[in-house]
Amino acid sequence: MALAGQPNCGKTTVFNMLTGARQHVANYPGVTVEKKSGRFSAEGRPVELVDLPGTYSLTSYSLEERVARDFILYDKPRAIINVADASNLKRNLYLTLQLFEMGVPVVLNLNMMDVAERRGIGVDARGLQEYFGSPVVPTVGKKGSGAPQLKAAVAALADAGPARAFAVDYGPLEPFVAEIGDLVAADPQAAGAYPSRWLAIKLLEADAEAANLLARHHPEAAEVMERVQALRARFETEAGLSADRHIAFTRHRLCADIFRRFVTVPGEKRRTLSDKADSFVCHRFAGPVILVLILLGLYQISIVFGGWVALQVWPVWGSLESFTEGLLPAAGFLDDPLLRSLGMWTVKSVTAILNYLPIFFLLFALIAILEDSGYMPRMAFILDRLFRRFGLHGQSTLPLILGGVYVGGCAIPAVMATKAIPDERARLATILVAPMMNCLAKVPLYLILISAYFADHAGMAMFFIATVTLFMALPVAKALSLTVLRRRESAPFIMEMPPYHLPTAGGVLRRALERIWLFVKKIVTVVVAVAVIVFMLINFPNLGRERLEDYAARRDAAVDAFMAEVDKTSFKGRIAPEDVLALVLFEEDMKSAKRGVSDQARADAINARFAEANPVFYAVVSREGKDGKALNRALKGVINTRKELRRNMRAERFEASFLGVAGRALEPLTQWAGFNWRINIALLSAFAAKENSAATLGAIYGIDGEGGGSVEQGMLAGEEGFTPLHALALMLFMALYPPCIPASIMVRMQTNSSKWMLFSIGYQTLLGLAVATLVFTGGRLLGLSGVQAMWAFYGLCVAATVGMALIPEKTARELSGPQTRQPKEGIAS
Amino acid sequence: MTINEMKPGETRAVKGLTAGGALGQRLMDLGFFPGAAVQVVRNAPLVDPVELELDGYHMSIRHDEAGHVEVE
Repeated sequence: MALAGQPNCGKTTVFNMLTGARQHVANYPGVTVEKKSGRFSAEGRPVELVDLPGTYSLTSYSLEERVARDFILYDKPRAIINVADASNLKRNLYLTLQLFEMGVPVVLNLNMMDVAERRGIGVDARGLQEYFGSPVVPTVGKKGSGAPQLKAAVAALADAGPARAFAVDYGPLEPFVAEIGDLVAADPQAAGAYPSRWLAIKLLEADAEAANLLARHHPEAAEVMERVQALRARFETEAGLSADRHIAFTRHRLCADIFRRFVTVPGEKRRTLSDKADSFVCHRFAGPVILVLILLGLYQISIVFGGWVALQVWPVWGSLESFTEGLLPAAGFLDDPLLRSLGMWTVKSVTAILNYLPIFFLLFALIAILEDSGYMPRMAFILDRLFRRFGLHGQSTLPLILGGVYVGGCAIPAVMATKAIPDERARLATILVAPMMNCLAKVPLYLILISAYFADHAGMAMFFIATVTLFMALPVAKALSLTVLRRRESAPFIMEMPPYHLPTAGGVLRRALERIWLFVKKIVTVVVAVAVIVFMLINFPNLGRERLEDYAARRDAAVDAFMAEVDKTSFKGRIAPEDVLALVLFEEDMKSAKRGVSDQARADAINARFAEANPVFYAVVSREGKDGKALNRALKGVINTRKELRRNMRAERFEASFLGVAGRALEPLTQWAGFNWRINIALLSAFAAKENSAATLGAIYGIDGEGGGSVEQGMLAGEEGFTPLHALALMLFMALYPPCIPASIMVRMQTNSSKWMLFSIGYQTLLGLAVATLVFTGGRLLGLSGVQAMWAFYGLCVAATVGMALIPEKTARELSGPQTRQPKEGIAS
Repeated sequence: MTINEMKPGETRAVKGLTAGGALGQRLMDLGFFPGAAVQVVRNAPLVDPVELELDGYHMSIRHDEAGHVEVE
């Protein structure tokens, strides 16, 4: 069965009421429209219920309507449950009439009866049932009341089989409908494929998809179409209005008529609570202030508070890491077994993403609250004028905020949130620029560069990078919508502003969990696969034999030195050369076991455990006696040497790896942007996740990536001749850096095309390189300092933004073009 | 006269639509048909779009598009 209804009629609550937790979320094949299905049992028989997208009508002009219509047409549900908002029945019936027209049995569900009652609206359900000749069931989806009656009606309808369908009387058009219907039904193959009266009406409406349908199924489609055109023309001259108008107006008049007969409304119009709230929320001055406060709250709760929660939750992921570490083979002195290094790399890649879960969860919950409360259309209302100038949409606000319009966001939920944008062109433009915002992971590199090269202007430089991104994103969005997105489908901006709702905790929680689960399922699996590939790229080919032998010799020297110390103490003979690695690992284990333990009793227990495991090692590590102390010093020496050797080896291996080779190969191109091969490697490694850029720089400059300070010093020392101009170019490149792999996957999911994902990666890389080259080479030619170049570029971006804003956007006239316009051409191209 | 020229607070009856295609269809589907009463509630803070009340429910629509709805 299918569940159909207009937007804001409470369809989701009815769906949840009927199916409970037995739901499955996927996409309709080939499109990004979400398809939810669930199961329930009606009077003992199993029913599969598919939630159709919420639509006002069933034309072929919008993707959602096409999806809903195609499902009814091709998947042939046994019956349709039509959810209608009882408090707004007149408009809701418009869809009901069209559902009847499609020839499928319909159960009319009058939902939100509580709201109707509160407003003093009375609906005669029994009268409606007699009028339509189909079951009518009132419910209050939010409270779950009416569910058994609805299920019983569904079961009864399924038993009864095809019933007499209610048909709209189109008056003077009826003979035309009958004639086309007969033509359509004349062919036996075509007659079985679809309801002929419905197709006749659609053809007279000049519905482009209906014409395609006819061409596919009817052998004499051209002749039928010719007749349709002739009849349309004749009707228009006779009636003085086009057939499609006549059809829509007749339906509306019938809705109004039914409304008058079966619905009683209170005499005087009362100002609802929603109206009162709107006079503040949409107020000329108060509106924007409230908007900013809400967005600030969103940022504070999700990013600031969420960041704190993530920190509290981190031990969980940390223990997952140590748990895996324990399962994998033990570390070596120089090299770890492949299974260990690859395993740890993969686990760490996953935990790096899981670390963001609390932030995402809060974000998703807050978005659900905004959506359920009805605030989203108000936000679009307030900001549409601004964003439209740049080819975006009022609904682009949220994705850009989530992406990090100032500092700190994430492209993944940003791209995910573009789903709400009804205009395909603006939606794509938003998807393409959202990754240009400053996500959390870009910040470490900014901080390193700013404190290394703009230490005197740190505050200003941070302000620059935090705000310049928006001035880059807006003109780029406009440029994209004028060029590559020019032919994409654009929708008129007509948005319902539904009454405010108090979101229910259950509904919000369900939605947030649903989205988190989708995220974990889709993203984490891909991250694992990509992590393995990146691991190969940065670890292979290995170092040459000569270099490996050199490192082995230095290792042996360190071990020998330690053994010489052993022989001077009472440990002589109790520690052999092959024990040295075990001793080092023993020390590491003990240190990590005691990390964060402040309780004396627990510390004693850990000590006792280690003392029992190996009393000799324990004596050295815990500095027992004079000999223990002496040997512990020597052990520290070995540990430090090991660390240094491993670090150098890693840096060297990095340079020799495939990625390192690529970094060097790119140098001739990137030198104009001021990037040498070392920077190139860091940037290439950032593609997996942007945090990597800072860690990789640390590795290259021979510092462990912990603590920004050391990386800056390493960079200052390691890159002589590196100027603030270099740093500025690098910062801008990072700002425009293509979406990381998880975000790219999200782009693919939301655009439903690998092509757009690749485009998104490609154009941002090129744009970043072009901007960095402009700033670096341009700045050098003009002899600008880093700070001068910074503000010059800022001015340039603001000018571009203003310039782009002045190019007139597409007007409604284009949208209202000839009626035979093929609405699908945008998708096909 | 079109909705575009109405002032906030004004209520008028829809006379006809001058748009075809996607826009015309959408306007019809949302209930703009001859005789329907439409009230201009308010303009957005940046003037565009405009909030309307049509047959008991609220919607926002850009001025460009509102210009295609003729009123009495």
